[in-house]
Amino acid sequence: MVYLLIIISAIFVNNIVFSQFLGICPFLGVSKKIDTAAGMGAAVTFVLTLATVVTYLLQHFVLIPFHVEFLQTILFILVIAALVQMIEIVLKKISPSLYQALGVFLPLITTNCCILGVAILVGDGTWAGKVPGAEANLLQGTIYAFATAVGFAVALILFAGIREQLAMNKIPKAMQGTPIALLTAGLLAMAFMGFSGVV
Amino acid sequence: MSKALNTFTNGLLRENPTFGLVLGMCPTLATTTSAINGMSMGLATLFVLVCSNVVISLLRNLIPDKVHIPAYIVVIASFVTMVQLLMQAYLPAIYETLGLFIPLIVVNCIVLGRAEAFAAKNNAGLSALDGLGMGLGFTLSLTVLGAVRELLGSGMCFNMPVFPENYGMLIFVLAPGAFIALAYLMALIQKLMKK
Amino acid sequence: MKRLESNLTNMVLSLTVVALAAAALLGGLYVVTAEPIAKQKQEKQQAAIISVLPAVEGLTIGEPETLDGMTLYKAFAGETWEGTAVEVAENGFGGTFKVMVGFDKEGNVVNYEVLEHQETPGLGDHMTSWFKTDKNRQSVIGKSPETTKFVVSKDGGDVDAITAATISSRAFLRAVEKAYAAYKSGEVQAVSGASILQQEAPAAGSGTEADTEGAEQQPINDTQL
Repeated sequence: MVYLLIIISAIFVNNIVFSQFLGICPFLGVSKKIDTAAGMGAAVTFVLTLATVVTYLLQHFVLIPFHVEFLQTILFILVIAALVQMIEIVLKKISPSLYQALGVFLPLITTNCCILGVAILVGDGTWAGKVPGAEANLLQGTIYAFATAVGFAVALILFAGIREQLAMNKIPKAMQGTPIALLTAGLLAMAFMGFSGVV
Repeated sequence: MSKALNTFTNGLLRENPTFGLVLGMCPTLATTTSAINGMSMGLATLFVLVCSNVVISLLRNLIPDKVHIPAYIVVIASFVTMVQLLMQAYLPAIYETLGLFIPLIVVNCIVLGRAEAFAAKNNAGLSALDGLGMGLGFTLSLTVLGAVRELLGSGMCFNMPVFPENYGMLIFVLAPGAFIALAYLMALIQKLMKK
Repeated sequence: MKRLESNLTNMVLSLTVVALAAAALLGGLYVVTAEPIAKQKQEKQQAAIISVLPAVEGLTIGEPETLDGMTLYKAFAGETWEGTAVEVAENGFGGTFKVMVGFDKEGNVVNYEVLEHQETPGLGDHMTSWFKTDKNRQSVIGKSPETTKFVVSKDGGDVDAITAATISSRAFLRAVEKAYAAYKSGEVQAVSGASILQQEAPAAGSGTEADTEGAEQQPINDTQL
């Protein structure tokens, strides 16, 4: 039951883009077409889940035992950067087709703040405060990370769908480009606010 | 001299990180619930930007090309950790409000972007000016966005009541308001820049 | 000066030097800031406890006790028990929030302080001050759950809910009720603890010895405020 709550909370109620403002840059950057949006969403889901597991283990078996929690930021970002590189190399070797689909997005992911953000939230265990009954352990943390990434993908694909339609419309000059995208995101965020209080 | 001035004003106006380059959107949207919060976030980023620009500019010839990204990340992350420690020690209230977004300065595209695009090619003095200009530009836009959201959302400006809170449009303090307020500000600036 | 070549020695060397320099710098700064950070946290906790307790001269806070996941801080003036601050967590609208509720000897709420919360800004987050404001029936200060029904008026209780944030308000009142239950079950112990001390203190002659003798109970003199 608690797993279901975590998933609903992470995808809808506390959607990473619309209510936590993480990962806005790729959200605005790679949302012109549904195909690319789906690719980016898949790549983020993959990296985010893996990165969270690795950083959680580092936090609990390196940082906390040695009392160097203050090195969290520097260690996590380096691990994420290295991990992304590694995934790129491994994917190229073992699954060229998957690499073709996700490859172009991987370099962009290192500076996607939702990866580091979720890694820190899960490492510190602060994410559990948003879901009643959740415990900040590895299993639940990983599920949270996975669901958060799915939430990111959902937001990205929804948004890309709307932007594809918007591209065919006449928009006042001043509003063209980023402003209209932001406005659309604002309306979507308002829709997602309807989920608040569900969990 | 004119080059120095140009470097400085470039980030402040023409290539303003928020309104010109559209970088660093996450903290821009998340921390601007009030003018003060926006300004604190901007200043924290400014500090990291100036320090990392100077250090990277000094180290630019000592770091081989192939490993420059990890080296830059280490430099930036160190300064971010310094900000974290100093804020926790001396400004705990602001640290708590900004929360997660202080460590996330590491992945703010502006910082790494400027390191790559400017500090890696110019001397320390100019890099410092570039960092200062970009940082102030970022601070300025965050403060303006924060002030607009605070005024519309809770009827205050820098915590000073302007009109009764009951008339505030709550939505501007909440998540959707961040997107909407930024959208209109950006449209306004696009309109003004065209002329 | 020409940029260093990207051969293996140079790469490893430069990365190591950068990493070591960063580690040394941060380690140093960590040592310098460790004390102020710890002090800030301690002070914040203490300030929250003091602000919710009765304003009595020379108040000392006893060793924290845990009960059903709540933390109780009992306060004594000299040897008499003056009240208890209870730190309690409850599920609100946006997630778990933590509140410190202080009760005096009679069980009336002296004050409260919301320590952490994730309620909606502009709605639920009004709980930080709403239930302290003396307006209509919204204040809980000076009331006891014994005589006042700590339920929102919409549900037939005696307290007005925050405008447009009924769920947050219900959660807040639930937290106060929970804190009161903990205070009640901790009270007997506290009174007996204090009375033991009162009996022992004259016998032992001096306060410091009384402390060592009453070590099992240890309700006072942990933190001199």
